[in-house]
Amino acid sequence: MADVALAAPAAPRRHGLATQIRRHPTVFIGGGVIALMVLIALAAPLFAGNPLAMNPMHRLTPPSAQHWFGTDNLGRDVFARTVYGARVSLLIGILVAAGAIGGGLAIGLLAGFSRRVDRVVMRLMDGLMAIPAILLAIALVALWHGGVAVVILAILIPELPRDVRLVRSVVLGVREQPFVEAAVAGGARTGKILRRHILPSTIAPLTVQATYVCASAILVEAGLSFLGAGIPPNIPTWGNMIAGSQLYLAIAPWTIFCPGIALAVLVLAVNLLGDGLRDWLDPRLGRRP
Amino acid sequence: MGVYIAGRLASTFVVMAIVGLIVFLLLHLAPGSPAAIIAGDNATPAQITAINHQLGLDRPLPVQFLVWAGQVLRGNFGTSIFSGEPVMRLILQRLPATLSLSLVTIAFAGTIAVIGGVLAAWRAGGVLDRILMGVAALGFSVPVFVVGYLLIYLFAITLHWLPVQGYMPLRRGFWPWFSHLILPALSLGLAYLALIARITRASVLEVLAEDYMRTARAKGATPASQLFHHALRNAGVPIATVIGIGVALLISGVVLTETVFNIPGVGRLTVDAITNRDYPIIQGIMVIFAGAYVVVNLLVDLSYSLIDPRIRR
Repeated sequence: MADVALAAPAAPRRHGLATQIRRHPTVFIGGGVIALMVLIALAAPLFAGNPLAMNPMHRLTPPSAQHWFGTDNLGRDVFARTVYGARVSLLIGILVAAGAIGGGLAIGLLAGFSRRVDRVVMRLMDGLMAIPAILLAIALVALWHGGVAVVILAILIPELPRDVRLVRSVVLGVREQPFVEAAVAGGARTGKILRRHILPSTIAPLTVQATYVCASAILVEAGLSFLGAGIPPNIPTWGNMIAGSQLYLAIAPWTIFCPGIALAVLVLAVNLLGDGLRDWLDPRLGRRP
Repeated sequence: MGVYIAGRLASTFVVMAIVGLIVFLLLHLAPGSPAAIIAGDNATPAQITAINHQLGLDRPLPVQFLVWAGQVLRGNFGTSIFSGEPVMRLILQRLPATLSLSLVTIAFAGTIAVIGGVLAAWRAGGVLDRILMGVAALGFSVPVFVVGYLLIYLFAITLHWLPVQGYMPLRRGFWPWFSHLILPALSLGLAYLALIARITRASVLEVLAEDYMRTARAKGATPASQLFHHALRNAGVPIATVIGIGVALLISGVVLTETVFNIPGVGRLTVDAITNRDYPIIQGIMVIFAGAYVVVNLLVDLSYSLIDPRIRR
C-alpha cells in the first residue's frame, strides 16, 4: 500500500484491448455482430444458394438439414433469402447514415453560422419533424414511384432534422468558446474556422448519431417494404419476406420469424454499438431521450 | 403566462403552415404534373385537362397554395381518387379505431414506463433495473410488426387467449373492444414504453441525488412518497416532453400495427392509399397526423406549468 502511495503519478498509459473490451463490452458485442453480418452478407454467393429459385414441390417445408430456415410459399429457401436480405438492410443503413450525417453537417454548419439561413432552415426542420417519418417516406415513394434510390432518399429526408439540430447545437455551443474567439480575433476566415475549429467538435456526437440513424433507417426500410411502399417486392428484403408470408403465420411461422429475428438482431447490435460509443467517446453526452 | 401561451400558439401555427407548405410542395415538385398524379395512373389526357381547370392548377403556385390551405382549414382535403368520396369523411370513418388503439397504448405504455422507470432508478443496477433496461433496448430494436406477429402466434394462434386480428367498436361492449386491442397495444407500445422508461429512469436518478431528497428521507417520508411525490414531480418536465415527442413514434407505429392486426383505422387507410396511389388521402392524413403531433406537444408544453409552478412566472 505504502509503495503505491509514494509512487510518482504514473504517466498516462494507453489501455490494452482487453481493458477496453471490459470497460465497453457493448461496443465490442454490437460491433462484432455487425461485422459478422457484413461478412455473411458479402460472402452470400459462396454458400447461401439461390434466393430466387422456386420449388413448388417443397412449399412451406419446416427447417431441415437441406433448408436451414425452411421454405416459403413458393418453395424458396428462407435461409438464402434472409442472407441476401441482410445485404439490402446493411446497404440502406450505411447509405442513409452517411447521407443524413453529411447533409446534417452541411446544413447544420451553415445554420449555426448564419442567422438568416438559421431562421429559414430551422422552421423548415420543425415542419419536417412534425410529419411522422413513415408517412413522409410513404408520400415520397408514392409520388416519385418506387425504385431503390427513391426509397433511400425517402428514408433519408425525414432523418435530416435531428442531425441538423445536433450539428447546429454543437456549433452554437463551440462558437462561444475562447479558442474560436481567438481564431476570429486572429483574422481567420469563416471557412477555416468551421473546418479547423468547429468541425472536430462535431465528430464524436455525429459518430454516435450515425449509429442511431443507421438503426432507424434499417427499421424504416423494413417497415416501408412490409407496407408495400419500399424496395420492389421481387428483391428479397426482410420487410418484403415478412409481407409476403403474412398469410402463412399459423402454418409456417419460420417464414416470418427468421427474417424478423435477423432484423431485430441487426438493429439491436447497431443500437448497442451506438450506446457503447456514446459512453466511450463522451460520458457527458448523456442518455438518449 | 398569457404571453407565453400566445407565443406558443403562434409558433404552433407557424409549424402547421410549414407542414402545409411541405405537403403542398411534395405534390407540386414531384415528377409528372399534379393533375396527372391526382387523376391516377389510368387517366386520359382529357381527364387531366379537366382536373387542371377544375383545381385551378393553371394559376400561379402561391395562389394555388393559399386556395388549398383555405380549403384545408375548412376541413376539405379533396376527394379520393379511388372511391370518389371526400377524404375528410374517409378519415373520420376510420378515426375511432385509431384513437382507441392510440389511447389504450398511451395509457398502458405510459403507466408501466413511468412506474417502471421510477422503480428502476430507485434500485439502479438491481434486477428490476436490468430487466427494464433490457426490455427498453429490445423495444428500440424489434420492429412493431415482428413483435405483433410474435404476440399473435403466442397468444392467439397457440394459446387461443385473444382474438387473432380485427377490431370491434366500443358500442359492441367493453370486452370485445378491449380484447381486440390488447395485442396491438402491446406491440405498438413497446418502443414508446422504452423511450419513456429510459428518460424517466435518467431524470429520477438525477433528482434522487438532490439535497431535498435526503431531507425527505430524513423527515421519514415513506419510500413511495419519496419516489412518487418528491422525485417524480421534480423529474416531471423531461418525462412529459418525451411523452409528447414519442407521439411521432406512435403514429408511425400505428400504420404498421393496423396492417399487422387488420384494424380498419387511419393507418390502414394510408396503406390502401399507397396501393391505389391515392395521393389526396395521403396528403390529408399527413396534415392530420402532423396536426395531432403538434397539438399534443402544445398541450405538453402548457402542462409544464402544472407540473412545475416555477414555470408560471
